[in-house]
Amino acid sequence: MKIFASYNIKGGVGKTATAVNLAYLAARAGYRVLLWDLDPQAAASFLFRIRPRVKGGGKALIEGTRSIGDAIKATDFDNLDLLPADFTYRNLDLILDNAKKPTRKLRRLLTPLRAEYDIIFLDCPPSISLLSESVLQAADVLLVPLIPTTLSVRTLDQLTEFISGFDGQKPRVLAFFSMIDRRKRLHLDIAEQLPAQRPDFAATAIPALSVIEQMSVHRAPVTVFAPRSVAARSYAALWAEVRARGALPAPRGRSVS
Amino acid sequence: MQNAFREFALDGAGSPAPDGALPAPGSAFRWAAASRPRTLRRVWLDTFDWRLYRAGLTLEQVSCRGRTDLTLTGRDGTVIAGEHVGPGLPGESAAPRKSAGLPKWPGKLDSLPPGPLRERLGPVVGVRALAPVAKAVSVIRERPALNSDDKTVARVTVDRMSVSYPARATPPARLAVTALRGYQPQAVRLADVLAAAPGVADTTQSALEAALASAGRRPGDYSGKINVELTPAMPAAVALATVLTALLDTLEANVQGTVHDLDIEFLHDLRIAVRRTRSALKLVGSVLPAGLASKYRPEFKWLGDLTTPTRDYDVYLFDFPGMAESLVAAKPAELQPFHDYLARKRAAAQRQLARGLRSARFSRLTVGWREALAATVPGRRRPTAAAIAAAKITRAHQRVLAQGAAITAISPPDSLHDLRKRCKELRYLLEIFGSLYDPGEQWQAVRELKGLQDCLGEFQDTQVQYEKIRAYAAEMMAERMAPATTLLAMGEIAAGLIVRQRRARSEFGGRFSDFASPLSQSRIRALTERAGK
Repeated sequence: MKIFASYNIKGGVGKTATAVNLAYLAARAGYRVLLWDLDPQAAASFLFRIRPRVKGGGKALIEGTRSIGDAIKATDFDNLDLLPADFTYRNLDLILDNAKKPTRKLRRLLTPLRAEYDIIFLDCPPSISLLSESVLQAADVLLVPLIPTTLSVRTLDQLTEFISGFDGQKPRVLAFFSMIDRRKRLHLDIAEQLPAQRPDFAATAIPALSVIEQMSVHRAPVTVFAPRSVAARSYAALWAEVRARGALPAPRGRSVS
Repeated sequence: MQNAFREFALDGAGSPAPDGALPAPGSAFRWAAASRPRTLRRVWLDTFDWRLYRAGLTLEQVSCRGRTDLTLTGRDGTVIAGEHVGPGLPGESAAPRKSAGLPKWPGKLDSLPPGPLRERLGPVVGVRALAPVAKAVSVIRERPALNSDDKTVARVTVDRMSVSYPARATPPARLAVTALRGYQPQAVRLADVLAAAPGVADTTQSALEAALASAGRRPGDYSGKINVELTPAMPAAVALATVLTALLDTLEANVQGTVHDLDIEFLHDLRIAVRRTRSALKLVGSVLPAGLASKYRPEFKWLGDLTTPTRDYDVYLFDFPGMAESLVAAKPAELQPFHDYLARKRAAAQRQLARGLRSARFSRLTVGWREALAATVPGRRRPTAAAIAAAKITRAHQRVLAQGAAITAISPPDSLHDLRKRCKELRYLLEIFGSLYDPGEQWQAVRELKGLQDCLGEFQDTQVQYEKIRAYAAEMMAERMAPATTLLAMGEIAAGLIVRQRRARSEFGGRFSDFASPLSQSRIRALTERAGK
C-alpha cells in the first residue's frame, strides 16, 4: 500500500483537484484506492457527492472508538472509496495533541487498510501543524502542487528542509506546477526552468483552466465529464509520472473502461 | 463494489422491458440511466460428482468484451479467487482474437496457470477433471439508484439469461440489488420497495441454480452412493431391482468419462458399481426371477475384468509421487523409467478398456440388464426387503466373525484375503439395504467394519503391489528398458511394501477385536432387528 499526500502550506493551489483526479485515474487503472478528505472544508467529499459527516467526528477516528473502515463510503466509481471530511476535522490538531506519539498516529490508523487498498490519497488542509506533521510522517510520497512564483518555490524549500529533519521514515517529495497561467511570462519561465534543474519536480504541469473549476459544477473528476480536455490529458500525464516515480507495482484489479 | 445482498426473480408482470425499465424506486430515490448492456458468456464448471458445489463453491468462466476470467465464489457470492485466463471467445466481439489461450474443458487443474485459484481449487477438486455443468449467455444492464444529491447509493442489475447447456431454456430474469459501501440502509430501503412491486419475488437461487433448474437439472444430482428409498415391506425382488437399476445408472453415467479418460475417478466409480452389482447378484440374486442372476453374473465378471488392468496402473501412478518421495537409498529421478513404463502400459490398457466399453457386448449387457430389471416382478414367495436384508446381513456378519476368529499369527496370507472378501460382502449388503436403516445407526455399525477393512485392504494391496512390481521389473528387464539404478529403486519400493504389509498384519488383531466386540456385534444385530419393525 502506498500513501500519497496532496499537500501544500498554502491554500488555493490545486491540492484537492490533484487528489481527486489522480485518485480517480488510479482507480480507473485498476488500483484499489481510498481518498481521505482531511480538509474540514470538504471539497473532495463535495466533488464526489458524499455528505461530509463522520459519526463521532474526527475524535472518534483518531481515538479509535470508531473504526476507519466503518466511516468509508464508496464513490460512484469502481475501485474508489472516500473517507469523508467532517467539520470537526478543524480540531484534529487538538485531538492529535492528546494522542500518544501524535505524528505517527495517522500512519498507525491507516495500517489496517493495507489489505483493502493499494493506494491511499490524503487530501490535506493548507497549514503547517501537528496534523500536517502526522500527514508528512504517514505519506510515502508528498505531491506538492505549486503556483510558479518565486515565493512558492521558497515554500517548497522550507518544506523539504523541514522533512529532512525527520527521524525514520521520510516521504519522497514530488512537486509539480499547478494553475499555470500561460499569459504570465513569470509562470512560463519558472515552469520551464525548474523541472529541468531539480529532481524533486515532475515534468508535467497543470495549466489554469476553467474546466478544472467546473469540477465543482459537475461534481466529478475532470476526466469523467471532459475526457478529451487539456486538463484531463494533463492529469493523465501527471498520473503516469506519479505512477512511474512512485514505483507502483501493476494493479491486481482490472482496469475500468 | 460489494456483493448483491438481495436478489429477485421476475415473472411475466415484473419482467423488465429490454431497455431495462424497472419498477419505481420509491420517493427517496430515482433511477439513473441504464448502462449499456453487457453480454456475458458464462460457463460454470464443476467435477462430475459436484465437489465444488458440495463444498459451497462456484467456479464460473466469464467472457466479456474481449477478456475471459475464471472466478471462484463462496455460497454468498464472495469472491475467493480469480484468474484472468485469456481473451474472449471467438465471435464474441468484432475484434479478431485467438481463443487458443483459453483453458480447454473438460480439463484437469494443471491446465490452469499456477496461482491462488489453482491452490484453492486443488484440495477440493483432487484428481477430478473440471467440466462445464451449465452454459448461458447473460445480457446485463445496470441501473444505479441515486439519492437526492444524485449520489449512487445502490446498483441494481438486471440479468436476462439464455441457457444453452445442459438444455436450451430461458429462466426468469434476475434482479440483484448491491449496496455501495457506506450506503447499506438506503439499499435496504430500495430493496424493500422493489420487493413490494408486482411480479418481483425474492430468490435464494444462485445464477447457476437458476440456469440448471430452467434446464431441468439440479446441482449435486450425481453421487457414487446408492441413492434409493427402500421400505421394509417392499418385496425383496423389487427392492433389489431398484438398487440394481440405481447401480446401472451410476455405471452408465461413468462410461463416457471413462472412455474419454477424463479422470481416474470415472473408472473407479464404474468399477464400484460393477462390484456392488456382482456382490448383490451373488448374495441376494436368488430373489430375482429364476435364471436372471446366473445369466448376468458372467457378463458383469467380464466387465469387471475389463476394467482391472487400467485401474491397477491408475493406483500405481496415483501413488507414484509418494513412492518416489519415500525412497531413502535411491533417488526419485531413478524411478523415471518405471513411471514411463507404467504410463505406456496404462495407455495400452486404456485403449483396450475404451474398446470394450464401446463394444456390442457391453451395449447388449446394459440394455438387456435394464430391460430385465424393469420387468422384475415379485415371485410367489414374496419375501420382504427387511426380511432378506436381516437374513443376509446376519449370515454375512457371522461368517466374518467366524473366519476372523480362526486367524492366528501363523495363518497363511490367503486366510486374510478370504476374510477381506467376506468383509466386502457384509459392507455391500449394508450399503445395498442402507436406505432401510437409520443413517446414524448404519454409520455406527460400519465404523468398526471399516477399520477392519482398511487393515485387510492394506495387507492385501501391499501384497498385490509387491507381486506386481516384481513382475513389472521382470518385464522391463525383458524389454531392455530398466537401468540398474531403476531396478534398485524398484527393489527399495518392494521392500517398503513388505514393511507396510507386516505392519498391517500386526494391527489385524486389534482391529478384529474392535469389530468382534460385544458392543459392535450388538449394533449390527440391532440394526437389522429394528429395520423390520
